Amino acid sequence: MTLNHYELVDMLSGLALFADLSRPQIEQVAHKMTEESFPTGQRILRQGFTGTGFYVILDGEVAIRIDGEERARLAKGDFFGEMSVLLGEPPVADVVALRQLHVLHLGGPELEGFLREHPPVMFRMLKTIALRLRNASRWRS
Amino acid sequence: MAELGERPFPPGDYPVVVVGSGPGGLQASYFLRRLGVDHALISADSAPGGMFRRFPFFQRLLSWTKPYAPAPRGSRGYEWYDWNSLLAEEAQSRAIMPELMDGSSSFPSRSEMEQNLATFVDRTGLRIRFDCRWEATRRAGDRFVLATSDGDYRCRVVVFAVGVAQPWKPDTPGFEHVAHYVDTRDAASYAGKRLFIVGKENSGFELATGLLQWARRIVLASPRPPKLSVNTHSLLGVRARYIQPFEDEVLGGGVFILNASIDRVERTAEGFRVHCTRSEGGGELVVEADEVIAATGFTSPLRDLTDLGVSVFGRSGLPSMTNYWESASVPGIYFAGTIGQGSSGMKKYGLPANSGAVHGARYNARIMVRHLAQTHFGVEPEMPPVAPDQLIGYLLDEATDAPELWNQKSYLARAVSLDPALGLRDLGIVPLADFVDHEGSAAVAIAVETDDRGDIHPAVYVRQPGRPAVETLLESNPLHDFRTAQNRARLTDLLKGLTSGTAR
Repeated sequence: MTLNHYELVDMLSGLALFADLSRPQIEQVAHKMTEESFPTGQRILRQGFTGTGFYVILDGEVAIRIDGEERARLAKGDFFGEMSVLLGEPPVADVVALRQLHVLHLGGPELEGFLREHPPVMFRMLKTIALRLRNASRWRS
Repeated sequence: MAELGERPFPPGDYPVVVVGSGPGGLQASYFLRRLGVDHALISADSAPGGMFRRFPFFQRLLSWTKPYAPAPRGSRGYEWYDWNSLLAEEAQSRAIMPELMDGSSSFPSRSEMEQNLATFVDRTGLRIRFDCRWEATRRAGDRFVLATSDGDYRCRVVVFAVGVAQPWKPDTPGFEHVAHYVDTRDAASYAGKRLFIVGKENSGFELATGLLQWARRIVLASPRPPKLSVNTHSLLGVRARYIQPFEDEVLGGGVFILNASIDRVERTAEGFRVHCTRSEGGGELVVEADEVIAATGFTSPLRDLTDLGVSVFGRSGLPSMTNYWESASVPGIYFAGTIGQGSSGMKKYGLPANSGAVHGARYNARIMVRHLAQTHFGVEPEMPPVAPDQLIGYLLDEATDAPELWNQKSYLARAVSLDPALGLRDLGIVPLADFVDHEGSAAVAIAVETDDRGDIHPAVYVRQPGRPAVETLLESNPLHDFRTAQNRARLTDLLKGLTSGTAR
């Protein structure tokens, strides 16, 4: 999937994570993050590996697997990798491309500065993490 | 070499066709020939060199070749200090670049680089059909058909090494009036001009550096702040050679580095009016300029490959590809040279591999060809045995000296099989992402990595059947000699029990 600059900015403005940003801010996001593509079956995050990053899915689907067992799936507009980067710890799960995957990527060391520059993104991310935590608590109870 | 006047590789059937005579195409062709895979090498150009026949505009490369280095010239270890020579097995075809440099810089000039590539072709006797332009592509059964200016080429496998050199400009209103980097004129013609450069990557700063003494004022603008290679601990970001404009900016010397998106460019009687929005919420800004240059990058000239099903992504239109640089959507189509950066690998801490440069792409080409030859033509790679008592030392030697591991950090690795059925066997240099994601037999791989603090150290990956690979980081060393007692002990412990029963 190839997008021109305007199409990319339009697509990002339609994603919940960036919904509160102005167009110039989204332009900056589009410049800061790099597009990556992964073939089917490739791991994007690897359980126990150092040096991970933050990813937003533009197209495709991934499985979250812990010790080989699938726990969840993520698709367009979802993001992953933030927990590992924010905690400074290797991921506790594998994230595997279930079909060809197109993402936006931000290197781990850049995430903190990125979130401080864009508080609305930080807030949206916080809400998503809170939802995930609530759902995880429900599974356990 | 082909005799004078004879053009090799006329249109027809070939097992493999390689398109392009830049470093990527030359390196792929060289290794195909080494493995005995018959192929045609065609090029739209009239001489070897690819993009180096024209660029960089200011005639000096960004990649070093150090004539006097810690490793002897021509040795394998020297390749880390010589980023510009192509790889060869024969002594006379190795380390060609330092022979041709005039001693004025450890960064070769563009013409020296062009001569380096032409000399490689001469010494290796590579044959190339020049002035043969690939124009269209179609399928015919299990064959690809490349329509060219000379006629049709049919092949089972095709390698595109056509660079990432097609000028790209954003579709921002008014950019149709704006020159691209490739249209830059002689420096003196910018004397006394107010220059606006769109883009803050190396090409933008190359222009700013080259035109500092000519332009009256230079504005560089793009939405995000520039990165510097010395801060990213990698080749990501503006290189040290182009830092002078930063100093001029901080001293208020007529250079302005703006974080702003360009909304539109207006043509005026005097020149241009550039309408910007500052990124930090600083509002709108209008800049008058005599000249505007878009240093906004390049795309891959893939022609009609997307119609054939080759999926592409990103601003540069890079193909989506496997860890072996094969199209992720159309098997049998491979990529060599700078296009190979479409396979991003592990990208630890966000640091890219050096696949966009000769010093990374030359190793990718060797591995890609080995894979292609094995997969499509049954050429089994050599897997020499490794003596069990040599294994630890071998892995640490590789981490310390192997140019593949240093040039392609966190991307390429030395792998050794620990499979009892196979014995301890050297699996060669492999793409690290493939090694760790491949659920194969027991094996160990060692890579060189840089972390977010800039620390360079070996990383070991141990794979056991039915289990994902496990990462272990070894200790760094102030002089980058990783053969320490501590690392030996750690590695010995890691591999304990895994090498028993593998001696052959």
